[in-house]
Amino acid sequence: MKYFYLIFSSLKRKKIRTGLTIMSIMIAFVLFGYLTAIRQAFDAGVEVAGADRLIVRHKVSLIQLLPESYEARIERIDGVDNATHSTWFGGIYQEPKNFFAQIPIVPEELFDMFPEYVVSDEQKAAWLETRSGVLVGRGLMDRFGWKLGDRIPINATIWGKKDGGRTWEFDLVAVYDGAEKGTDTSQFFIRYDFFDETRAQGQGLVGWYTVRISDPDRAAEVAAAIDAEFANSAQETKAEPEGAFIQGFANQIGNIAFIIMSIMSAVFFTILLVAGNTMAYTVRERTNELAVLKAIGFTDRGVLGLVLGESLAITFVGGVLGLGLAWLLVSMGDPTDGSFPVFYLPTYDIFVGLILIVVMAFIAGIVPARQAQKLQIADALRR
Amino acid sequence: MTDKNSNGTLVKVSHVDKIFKRGSEEIHVLGGLDLDIPTGEFLALMGPSGSGKSTLLNLIGGLDRPSEGSVEVGGKRIDKLSERKLASWRARHVGLVFQFYNLMPVLSAQKNVELPLLLTKLSKAERKKRAAIALDIVGLSHRSGHYPRQLSGGEQQRTGIARAIVTDPTLLLCDEPTGDLDRKSGDEILDLLQALNKEQGKTIIMVTHDIHAAARASRTLYLNKGQLSVDPVD
Repeated sequence: MKYFYLIFSSLKRKKIRTGLTIMSIMIAFVLFGYLTAIRQAFDAGVEVAGADRLIVRHKVSLIQLLPESYEARIERIDGVDNATHSTWFGGIYQEPKNFFAQIPIVPEELFDMFPEYVVSDEQKAAWLETRSGVLVGRGLMDRFGWKLGDRIPINATIWGKKDGGRTWEFDLVAVYDGAEKGTDTSQFFIRYDFFDETRAQGQGLVGWYTVRISDPDRAAEVAAAIDAEFANSAQETKAEPEGAFIQGFANQIGNIAFIIMSIMSAVFFTILLVAGNTMAYTVRERTNELAVLKAIGFTDRGVLGLVLGESLAITFVGGVLGLGLAWLLVSMGDPTDGSFPVFYLPTYDIFVGLILIVVMAFIAGIVPARQAQKLQIADALRR
Repeated sequence: MTDKNSNGTLVKVSHVDKIFKRGSEEIHVLGGLDLDIPTGEFLALMGPSGSGKSTLLNLIGGLDRPSEGSVEVGGKRIDKLSERKLASWRARHVGLVFQFYNLMPVLSAQKNVELPLLLTKLSKAERKKRAAIALDIVGLSHRSGHYPRQLSGGEQQRTGIARAIVTDPTLLLCDEPTGDLDRKSGDEILDLLQALNKEQGKTIIMVTHDIHAAARASRTLYLNKGQLSVDPVD
């Protein structure tokens, strides 16, 4: 502790250079934090995906429909607890950029299958009583400033109505919150019975099934059994764990994690060069001072520690400012205005950031610190 | 550590050689040098540039090691100490005063004087108190909060002296302490060194080119081509 003022006083030596180095480190960690939140947005569905849930879709493509009658057959398969179907509604709220997922689903089966969606009993009852009622996620509701009781018009792009119209009107009667931080609260659930009765075509056909299995370790076996059940039928299926299904969507864009990792590696490498250069200059300029410290009794290891301490001080200030700023920017909300199901900076990654601060400080400072450690006093005092 | 051997000798340099290597070339700076310095002496070392004065000072202060021979201070063979123990020994027993002051520009006078005390187990309050006493001795209490850039050359050197004496060292080593000062400031510094020697009994070894400065010492020795003599070099 008593050396802290000595270390922090040294930062005042060349204020502009120190300030610029701190700022560059800060920017690196702002990028780290923000890109981590983006990566988390792509990974979140995968992380909270039920280990005991499978997704069963048409073997050819997700946009091909499956018969509603498959549900009973799926539930008879050994290892299956229960199943529920969902369908992609694909409508537009006001304008295309206001994208969010609209899913017709059987309400009772939704609550059973997805315990992570938390709804009050009162609102559950309201939804069950209102055929045109919808259950929306808290994030979606806040995004558009909706309130319970609002009427929400959605312009259908896929499902026209029997009366020839394309505008569906829904009553917002229930809102769900996520049981966990990564739960997607951007969805819009429509009652399947209302949807099936009102749509002009496709009655009795659904998009995909979500299946709960009794033993997650048997996921592959049960998935194979489900596909075998419908093999050689008109609509063959492909069953896979829910996490893999969600990961597949992210992978359509690209290997997000790899892209983000590559960007961050390049950024950190560059900043390491900047910080390392600053430390190298710092030691070079202060050869005489460091020799005086050794002359008055600071040990070689003590001087090594002081230089590493300065490196850590610079990196710590920049890194913490960067992580803090990243947290603030992330808390301002989803930059895509709703396309991400979740958007937050995980606590775990903040700790990773802190560790990176220490690692960066060490790498940037160790060579100059060793040079300082090895300084010969008599020679250095002559310089 | 005892401060002197049975004869009152604080520093004993015996048959010391110092050879510097510059590439393939060997430079013999000191050759078979012997020197005894009694406790409480104010010794001036004079000689032409390159004669080895600063080298001898560095050997006595434990800042360098002899190529041959021994250096004993207070009965301890400092040339045999490990680097770590030598650093610890310097912190306790040696006060250094440099020609160009060598103060930390980012620390106030008070904090500069406290620097050697960081290596002790003293509390923050005790460190502050001792530094204040040292600054008072050198007459700079009123400038304790100022930074080196705000001090004159003479004031900076007095701060350097305060830093050198704050641990109450056995030995004060001064390398051209008035070399960068005008006559008036230089005289003030020499007055201070004389007072430390006479009133506090500090053993002082001072390297200097200035015969006026050397005149303040109780003994002057001349170094030429690595050898000591009592006579000035022609």
